[in-house]
Amino acid sequence: MPEAQQGAHIVFLGFALDPYVIGLWLQALLTFAILSFLIGDNPVYKFAEHLFVGISAGYGVVIVWQQAVLPKLVFPLFPQFGPTPDVPPNYWLIIPGMLGLLILSRFIRKYDWLSRYPIAFIVGLYSGAAIPATVQLILLEQMSATMRPVLGLGEVTWTVAVSALIVLIGVVATLMYFYFSRPHVGTLGVGSRIGIWFLMVAFGAGFGNTVMARLSLLIGRVEFLMYDWLPVVSHYLAGFVK
Amino acid sequence: MHGIAYRLQNIDRRWLYLIVFAAVVIPFLTSLKLPVGLHSPSTTDIYDAIEKLPPDSVVQLAFDYSPASMPELEPMAKAVARHAFQRGHRVMAMTLNTQGALMIRRVMDEVAAEMNKEYGKDYVDAGFKTGGVAVMLGMGKDIIGVFNDTDARGNRLSTMPVMKGVADYSDIGLMVDFSANAITNAWIAYAHEQYGLRVAAGVTAVMATDLYPFWKSGQLVGLINGLKGAAEYEDLVGAPGLGILGMSSQSITHMLIILFVIIGNAGYFLTRRRSQSAD
Repeated sequence: MPEAQQGAHIVFLGFALDPYVIGLWLQALLTFAILSFLIGDNPVYKFAEHLFVGISAGYGVVIVWQQAVLPKLVFPLFPQFGPTPDVPPNYWLIIPGMLGLLILSRFIRKYDWLSRYPIAFIVGLYSGAAIPATVQLILLEQMSATMRPVLGLGEVTWTVAVSALIVLIGVVATLMYFYFSRPHVGTLGVGSRIGIWFLMVAFGAGFGNTVMARLSLLIGRVEFLMYDWLPVVSHYLAGFVK
Repeated sequence: MHGIAYRLQNIDRRWLYLIVFAAVVIPFLTSLKLPVGLHSPSTTDIYDAIEKLPPDSVVQLAFDYSPASMPELEPMAKAVARHAFQRGHRVMAMTLNTQGALMIRRVMDEVAAEMNKEYGKDYVDAGFKTGGVAVMLGMGKDIIGVFNDTDARGNRLSTMPVMKGVADYSDIGLMVDFSANAITNAWIAYAHEQYGLRVAAGVTAVMATDLYPFWKSGQLVGLINGLKGAAEYEDLVGAPGLGILGMSSQSITHMLIILFVIIGNAGYFLTRRRSQSAD
């Protein structure tokens, strides 16, 4: 483990440890702590879970402070503290800065109503941006993509034509299943039953992908244990035996 | 028969965990390597898009994921970054996820060092930007301005050769978003639909099902699906990594889970037949 030995400065049981090795052990122990949940809920798992949540939150605060609050608000308002002291202050930023501070009024019960103003601003801004974009993204473009091959637009091969037909039947049948204003009998009943089959196939594909994703996480941990942690353990054990 | 059916329905799940764990570990111990198989068209579309870009194009990589999704997304991020460098493209890395800043350094520093690429000339780490949609929209007008003309290491972006001629999305050849959440939809909605940026995605397998319609409609250039997609891309680039390494475990465990599903259903139907005949 030459890399592990570089820069070693902590001596433990006669072995020189460096922060890399300590980090590996921490990762391995926390991995085992999280996996211990498979046996049952226990304090070790709870500790690892809370540690993860706490560190994630703390890391997020630091990153937002360093890469958003300081360069976007503090330095432009007070250039003398920033990397470009010659630039004149941008006093317009007082408005978003005040709005941002008002969010913190949530912590004072008497004044928590003030937080509604920045929230209203955010909701209004993002709704305005999101509604047309979402309609374009999900509705118009998807409808167009569903209909184009059916109407013979673009390059239509046999496979594309069959695929387009299946997609079209699936879309119509699934919409029929979600039409609740009339009883699902007759044509609507047949269509909605076909729609259920399409939904089941979609759920099955989703479940299959979810299994693959969860196993990938386990594989990632096993890779770490086998290729990063275990060689370090065997290295130190070999040294200990000698 | 009833006893077997009952036992099949009541297997202690910890035995199943142990069997799955063994199925994952054994390929690593035995160095078993199963083939990656056919490359998915959605993966090869991204590969082809990068191949067809003119040399010295700018490829934007968005590392919108955290360590929780690292096993799936890091191998594909490395493979795509490696491919971009192989083709002589410049890479601009950024993230809209607070923990993505760390992910950028893990991937870009390793791949760049391996391929002798220089920071500031061949690639840049623009770092994390808060604001999500506002950042996406702002980059459509002024990329350097959105990042306050500063990279994650405190250098001025405008003075870096890697950012030469990069003003807005029209100067980006391809953008690949690595994510484990719905932020890819936002990149399509705001960067692609509003500014015409060519967007591709590498996502966790959980997310992939929702995104295939966007690839089929042409709103996404391509889609890398989880560890399988990462293994395919590593294979295409000719640089086996953790994606290919994990595929043997993945394949064996999938077969095992199919077996579990069959056993579980067999137990269910046998128990149901028994209870029906008892009625």
